[in-house]
Amino acid sequence: MSRKRAIRWTICFVSLVLLAAVSFVLELVIGSADISVSDVFSALTGNNSDKAAVTIVRDIRLPRSLAAALLGGALSVSGFLLQSYFNNPIAGPYVLGISSGAKLTVALAMMFTMKYGILLNSAEMVGAAFVGSMLSMGAILLLSGRVRNMAQLIIAGVMIGYICSALTELTVTFADDANIVNLHNWSMGSFSGISMDNVKVIAVIVLAATAAAFMLSKPMCAYQLGESYAKNTGVDLKLFRTALILLSSILSACVTAFAGPVSFVGIAVPHLVRSAFGTSKPIVIIPASFIGGAVFCLVCDLIARMLFAPVELSISTVTAVFGAPVVIMAMLSRRNQKGSV
Amino acid sequence: MSGVILSSKELSVGYGKKVVVSGLAFEVSRGEVLTIIGPNGAGKSTILRSIAAQLPAISGTVSIAENDLAAMSAHDIAQKLSVCFTERITAERMTCEDVVSTGRHPYTGRLGILSDKDRKVVHEAMELTGTMYLADTDIRCISDGQRQTVMLGRAIAQQPEVLVLDEPTSFLDINNKLRLLSILRELARSRGIAVVQTLHELDLAQRFSDKLLCIRENKADRIGTPEEIFTGAYISELYSITSGTFEPVYATAEAPKVSGEPQVFVIGGGGSGIDTYRRLQRQGIPFAAGVIHENDIEYPVAGSLAAELITEKAFEPISSESVQKALAVMKKCREVICCVNEFGTMNMGNKKLLEEYERYSKV
Repeated sequence: MSRKRAIRWTICFVSLVLLAAVSFVLELVIGSADISVSDVFSALTGNNSDKAAVTIVRDIRLPRSLAAALLGGALSVSGFLLQSYFNNPIAGPYVLGISSGAKLTVALAMMFTMKYGILLNSAEMVGAAFVGSMLSMGAILLLSGRVRNMAQLIIAGVMIGYICSALTELTVTFADDANIVNLHNWSMGSFSGISMDNVKVIAVIVLAATAAAFMLSKPMCAYQLGESYAKNTGVDLKLFRTALILLSSILSACVTAFAGPVSFVGIAVPHLVRSAFGTSKPIVIIPASFIGGAVFCLVCDLIARMLFAPVELSISTVTAVFGAPVVIMAMLSRRNQKGSV
Repeated sequence: MSGVILSSKELSVGYGKKVVVSGLAFEVSRGEVLTIIGPNGAGKSTILRSIAAQLPAISGTVSIAENDLAAMSAHDIAQKLSVCFTERITAERMTCEDVVSTGRHPYTGRLGILSDKDRKVVHEAMELTGTMYLADTDIRCISDGQRQTVMLGRAIAQQPEVLVLDEPTSFLDINNKLRLLSILRELARSRGIAVVQTLHELDLAQRFSDKLLCIRENKADRIGTPEEIFTGAYISELYSITSGTFEPVYATAEAPKVSGEPQVFVIGGGGSGIDTYRRLQRQGIPFAAGVIHENDIEYPVAGSLAAELITEKAFEPISSESVQKALAVMKKCREVICCVNEFGTMNMGNKKLLEEYERYSKV
């Protein structure tokens, strides 16, 4: 059996990496400015004399592609961590209102600082988003002790999301005219306008948090069987749960800080990856979700940019179209418990 | 492979500050099976959870190999003690082999990657429990009985010295119950594992345990061998049986007796009358039975169900006194059923009884 599995997993991993590479290149190559593939590569390696092309590729498309890949991965891993925590495949940072909580605090922080003409740096944005994530998370955790089933918890999460979004709208309404456009774009979700400096911060946070999550593979695997069994195999439940919550919040906070709320990726990608790999082993699913999330967001961003170019769609519009049906699938597969491997 | 492995002193267990069971003291040796019995809500599962370090003891100690459980690290406990519960497993896309493999976690490295030796232990555990054929099957797609044996396999793969099981036979059919308990006995015998479990099936508890711990009214009421516990009316007292009766030798229960003036007289013996007794009970007809020897196989059933029972001492021929007594009762009944086809030497009295009754009824 392990041979059959090894082959399946290898095929899946290789395909994912290839897909990631292809979508990354496409994201670099395709755009409103017509730049050939060879020009893109020469721009990257610094052998291109066309200044406009170099600027477009290096300052706009490359950070955008990197951000889409990293943040997509972060969302998927964050979703998977939440699904493990709540032992439910339809938990995710977006439906539980965690993204919206982060959105609210970032909007507030931006508004407040803009008044004094200060522009928040990357780390401060993430910090603000983290505070919001943790507030929503705290509300969800409080509720999770009281509600009887997961469906109620999800509904509570969606409601928290609505409350946060409404408050964000309110904030935006009272923003200065000059800031409105920016803030509005961001609050709808978009990978545009992310600089290379932002990407560096994103890379450090996302890669570190994902690596930390990967190191939790073993207790997560035991936890899938339930608390008692996890405890019996030596898992420190309190520590483990805290780590899961913190890591998933950091990851989704990072996404929201830079790209605004991005819907459904956190549920859809882990579900697709679990189906493709035929397992829920965290040691496999965490890296696979990361790559899968990168592919998903790269492709969605490409569609968001190009479908009605030059008009750009918000990223959530596209991820919702592809992600929401998968969420429904995940829900149905949960209902008829007898899913196959 | 002998010696005490698990013990408790002055143990009180419960949730928060609420004591559920107090004053527990027991010892389990290697290779021994201890079964906790007692009425619903007596706190059996709470005791198990405390023994398994899932719930901190309120006071007193639980020790494994003379180490206080409270002072041991979760990791050390995991290598000495494993558990098996009946809760449903909702893990998605986990094969049975994946599940059993988690039993190796206390022995693997940071990422939980199995070595060849770990894999061997997992396969041994699956073979021992007869679940190898389920290796690639999703844990959610198997029956309760299969799941229970897979979870036992997981617990075995943990190579414990103490195995704790909460009602391992619930939801299982009789074949699976027997199979699971036989595996536990075999584990105790061949590996010297101490087994602590709760059971509701008293017949099985009696046959598969070395020791029984009886919990009643928040205390350990008795602890002893099955022979010591299944004696007299003790089990009936333990469970406060009010409707029906419990027979301790075979650990079987009978429905409540229909009291009143006997309407039917049953001549039975050697087990021939049992079906009739039960049928009359079901129909709600009070009946008398006799003459039954006190060592007759159907004596306990007749004693439980008959409104009136005429008996004879064990290994003695039926006396004419008993026959006359039976005849007197018989004459008041509207019907007589004789379940015996051939009367043996010791049973001649019943033949006489039947003949006398036939003579009487002709008159």
